[in-house]
Amino acid sequence: MTPLYFGHATIVSSIGRGRHAHFSALRERQSGLQPCDFEGRKLPTYMGKVEGVEEVSLKSSLSHFTCRNNQLALLGLQQDGFDDQIAAARRRYGAHRIGVLIGTSTSGILETEHAYQKKDPVTKKLPATFIPRGEYTQDTFSVAHFVRKYLGLTGPAVVISTACSSSAKVFATASRYIESGLCEAVVVGGVDSLCLTTLYGFSALQLTAQGPCRPCDANRDGLTIGEAAAFVFLEKSNINKKEPNTVLLGYGESADAYHMSHPHPTGQGALLSMQASLDRSALSPSDIDYIHMHGTATVANDQTEDRAIATMFQNSTPCSSTKGWTGHTLGAAGAVAVVLGDLCLEHGFLPGCLNTSTVDPTFSSQILVHNQERPIQHIMSNFFGFGGNNCTLILGKRR
Amino acid sequence: MKMVVHSVGVLGPGITNWESCQLLFKEQKPYDDSVMPDPMPSILPANECRRSSDVVRWSLQVAQEAVQHSQLDPKTMATVFASSGGEVGILHKICQSLESPTPLVSPTLFHQSVHNAAAGYWSIASGSQRSSTSLACYDSSFGGGLLEAVTLLSADQEESVLFVTYDTPAPFPLHDTRPLLAPFAVAFVLSKRSLPNSVSMLNITLLPTPSNHVPTTMAHSSLERLRLGNPAARSLPLLRNMTLKLADSVYVDFLDNLQLRIDHQPCLP
Repeated sequence: MTPLYFGHATIVSSIGRGRHAHFSALRERQSGLQPCDFEGRKLPTYMGKVEGVEEVSLKSSLSHFTCRNNQLALLGLQQDGFDDQIAAARRRYGAHRIGVLIGTSTSGILETEHAYQKKDPVTKKLPATFIPRGEYTQDTFSVAHFVRKYLGLTGPAVVISTACSSSAKVFATASRYIESGLCEAVVVGGVDSLCLTTLYGFSALQLTAQGPCRPCDANRDGLTIGEAAAFVFLEKSNINKKEPNTVLLGYGESADAYHMSHPHPTGQGALLSMQASLDRSALSPSDIDYIHMHGTATVANDQTEDRAIATMFQNSTPCSSTKGWTGHTLGAAGAVAVVLGDLCLEHGFLPGCLNTSTVDPTFSSQILVHNQERPIQHIMSNFFGFGGNNCTLILGKRR
Repeated sequence: MKMVVHSVGVLGPGITNWESCQLLFKEQKPYDDSVMPDPMPSILPANECRRSSDVVRWSLQVAQEAVQHSQLDPKTMATVFASSGGEVGILHKICQSLESPTPLVSPTLFHQSVHNAAAGYWSIASGSQRSSTSLACYDSSFGGGLLEAVTLLSADQEESVLFVTYDTPAPFPLHDTRPLLAPFAVAFVLSKRSLPNSVSMLNITLLPTPSNHVPTTMAHSSLERLRLGNPAARSLPLLRNMTLKLADSVYVDFLDNLQLRIDHQPCLP
């Protein structure tokens, strides 16, 4: 595929606001995870909550979009001058030549949860104030709708919602849009916010860790749910003349065709997407310097992913998960890992799994538990979602 | 961007399959929208089918119909599932259970709640491990899915794509936030090259604002209400042109300021 340049990229998560805060937290090994008391619900697990989301105020012309997910999106768009950079790009390309592709799993469902809690006791109807706002809050497309309006863009837009691979797949769709001439450049991103649906849902599946999640640890006991917003502006050329610049070199997509919530035990679906990403980037496994694992810290995910990586790379390539910092940000996990990967490429940095004391002795791949600092050229990132939906992205540096 | 339609599957009020839909457009039978299908797609194991949501049963029924007519192997097909609301019935049940201060959410309901549940069940049932995208685009979900499908063929050189678009009305009280008229689902098997039994050739163009064309409507008032009453039914004018073998363009509104022009050319028998 034609490499796509990262014009701009930014992120907000439980470890901080903006690129600098994220790289500092990675280097200093500071986790954003804390005991769960979301909305006063003390659950026996941790969470990766972004502080101050409730205080974010949408400008009056867009106030009907107000919900935790869009407030989080706005907080993200305002980091590192991302929104100003898009305003400049809009003048350069024309608003209608820039697409918006956002991944989310639960969108603004928290608003609907609140509305159900405030149903009329007699008529059982939802509050009259909520009903006309469903389109702008709970609706799955709402976050792309909001981002497109806030940035003043008029090109094509959709939300991709394939659970935890959602905002990885937006990179693939963006590449197809640009390749097909539907747009010149695309704002891609992932936004997912804390809600009771995912906190109680993953808990019901017995997939949440009691403490902060421990990816690849012998005693890992599940994931920690986090929230985040991350955005990348993808374009065909290195407009900013930043050298070297991060580029998307390849993507691969596949389905497990095995089970709705368990990964294929041999990692066979994961291998298909990993191989497709190598094929599309014309790279071989030996070109990959670091594998950014999906690494949710559930027993099954990490085991399956280790098998897939060991099958393709033996134990020759270092790999790790950054979920110990941010938690699993679900539909935002793709864009989060891409922006963290962008920071790793820029600074020559490999993060070692955080909170992991003893690597699972049954694992065959080369799991990093300590940070390393050395130049790297190519990162492979994996993403796996419910429904057996897999996506792999390859990032690199190009002049 | 060009592509070939090999086959269609469709389901809606008073529409039980592609054949019945074609009879309707040819005015060979009156339209009775009071007859509501209750699909049980045989590609799902019977016990699984009974436990499945309306969304899964409707979308997999049309997907199965389209794949059967195509005579192609579903394992070779990438999939695009486009829906505005997704699993609205499941979300309703989860929000109900979260009304309690000490909620118990069913683990099965939770994994069935994801927007890509239907796509996941399809890939398991069909065995397809190809790329699978589930997307949402409010009233433009048909157009959003069409763009994803055609770019999978043109940019990714996928051999064939199964494109399914569907929505079902949410139960009360969630229904009040999005009062869809009726369920509707349609599936297309698409590829770059035509086969002896292919139905139509399409050329998709994204028109920037302002467009001089109003969106193509349905002359029949009940079908026009259905077109406007369900995002997936925005496909009805295209389905009519396919049935009547009209070499004509269909205009579909896309978001608040764009339009898709779908140039339709029937394949010769």
